Amino acid sequence: MTPQPTTGPTPDSDPAPTPDSDSTPTLTSDSEPGTAIETVFRMESPRLIAGVARIVRDVGIAEELAQDALVVALEQWPRDGVPDNPGAWLMTTAKHRAIDLVRRRERYARKLAEVGRDLEAAGPYLDQPSDPDDIDDDLLRLVFTACHPVLSAEARIALTLRLLGGLTTTEIARAFLAPEATIAQRIVRAKRTLAAKAVAFEVPYGPDRDARLASVLEVIYLIFNEGYAATAGDDLLRPALCEDALRLARVLAQLMPKEPEVHGLVALLELQESRAATRTGPSGEPVLLKDQDRRRWNRLLIARGFTALGRATATATGAPGPYALQAAIAACHAQAHTYEETDWSRIATLYALLVARSPSPVVELNRAVAVSMADGPGPALEIVDHLAAEPALRDYHLLPSVRGDLLRRLGRRAEARAEFLRAADLARNERERALLLARAEEGD
Amino acid sequence: MPRYLSMVRIDEKTAPAEGPSPELMQRMGDLLEEITKAGVMLDTAGLLPTAQGKRVRWEGGELSVTDGPFTETKEVVGGYALMQCKDMAEAVEWAKRFLKVHEEHWTVTCEVREITEG
Repeated sequence: MTPQPTTGPTPDSDPAPTPDSDSTPTLTSDSEPGTAIETVFRMESPRLIAGVARIVRDVGIAEELAQDALVVALEQWPRDGVPDNPGAWLMTTAKHRAIDLVRRRERYARKLAEVGRDLEAAGPYLDQPSDPDDIDDDLLRLVFTACHPVLSAEARIALTLRLLGGLTTTEIARAFLAPEATIAQRIVRAKRTLAAKAVAFEVPYGPDRDARLASVLEVIYLIFNEGYAATAGDDLLRPALCEDALRLARVLAQLMPKEPEVHGLVALLELQESRAATRTGPSGEPVLLKDQDRRRWNRLLIARGFTALGRATATATGAPGPYALQAAIAACHAQAHTYEETDWSRIATLYALLVARSPSPVVELNRAVAVSMADGPGPALEIVDHLAAEPALRDYHLLPSVRGDLLRRLGRRAEARAEFLRAADLARNERERALLLARAEEGD
Repeated sequence: MPRYLSMVRIDEKTAPAEGPSPELMQRMGDLLEEITKAGVMLDTAGLLPTAQGKRVRWEGGELSVTDGPFTETKEVVGGYALMQCKDMAEAVEWAKRFLKVHEEHWTVTCEVREITEG
């Protein structure tokens, strides 16, 4: 699950994507895209949905009511002017509609006792701006609901990007190389599942809290990795997923400032993203960590990564968690001004801690690479040979690729060549295949 | 998601001498917290007056250093915000909200510029 420093090519974010005016909320009315109203709506949307969901206890209905508030704004604002506090206006409008709906709909009668309490709780807020703390609580409930383990990872990702990331169904489909109908269905089904399983709209406390938080962090991490794995020529929306994930992680860190692993995830993503511009060459070919132009790593993101890592350390009560450990490894790379200055023995130690904490053959392979840099190819080959029988790595091209590299360094050239050819056969894309074939043929 | 630099320009001659009111500072603090919570704000700061600044210039192969204040420039940069937004429209909306926390006697310009990546 660790992002590979030598992972496949990603398009450089150069030139920066031009702001597109197509990112409109899905509207049934034929409204003009790119208007200030729609921008405001897109910015406020997660909080609107969260605030309304607390009243109606259903994220699908909450999303519809938020859209209704937008329709009202599109009718009224051009005529009466934009209100002083557009976010509060939308929130009040959406909540009024939510309360009307709750009062009107018979199927909520069964829940009247519970709803009655909600209405009382919501009452005082209706004609004044919501307390920021309440909004934060609602937003956090929405995060945990969208990432609920009753949903598949795919459904959690789509719903999170839709409700919290502000992406349209079209954008999600393009970013994940999936048909739009598939994504739309996935989101509809996810909302239905949440309703059918009566998933409570709440922040979990108690014994399952850690598992629930792990599910949220994993969703953000998977979104980031999807962007990280994008290849040159892919739609720019794919690499942009890295930034969507980073924004979600930053928001979560503000909502859960006491959670070390949230800061660990932010640190990891900030540090990974700091290298984005240097991971691919002029024609989209992957550039290995050792060949990247470190002067072009983004200093601001590196500084933010270190700050977040500091918070992860400061808030930790026990041993560092997997995200904080991965961030610490990324920090070692960020700290080295040249590849030669990399503190490989520290990285090997951190990988050992990570393997102990959450065993994974891929992480063990990464540890082998670090050990080979710190202590030489011999000890590393022992680790890699232990992994040879690992079923999870059977088709993983980086295993023979790493092994080939170690054998070559040990002077066992014929064996090395065979490993590189095997790796080329398993490679996931043409660029990696070409790189491995070239390695098979090169001398020492 | 591009990054934007919002350069906050003020006219030092007409800016209130007593500086921002406590109420403005309070509203500003609340707004900055909101922008940070939205995952948008990457960095922000205010600058000391240009009277304490210097301009270092390279022209015709010669270096020159000029002490502030820079009276020949009507509006000078008094602060900045570095934000990550979906698009320019979102960056402009945040700039509008930043401007609206000021009282009416302020004249402030946010120059919002996209940062080149890569």
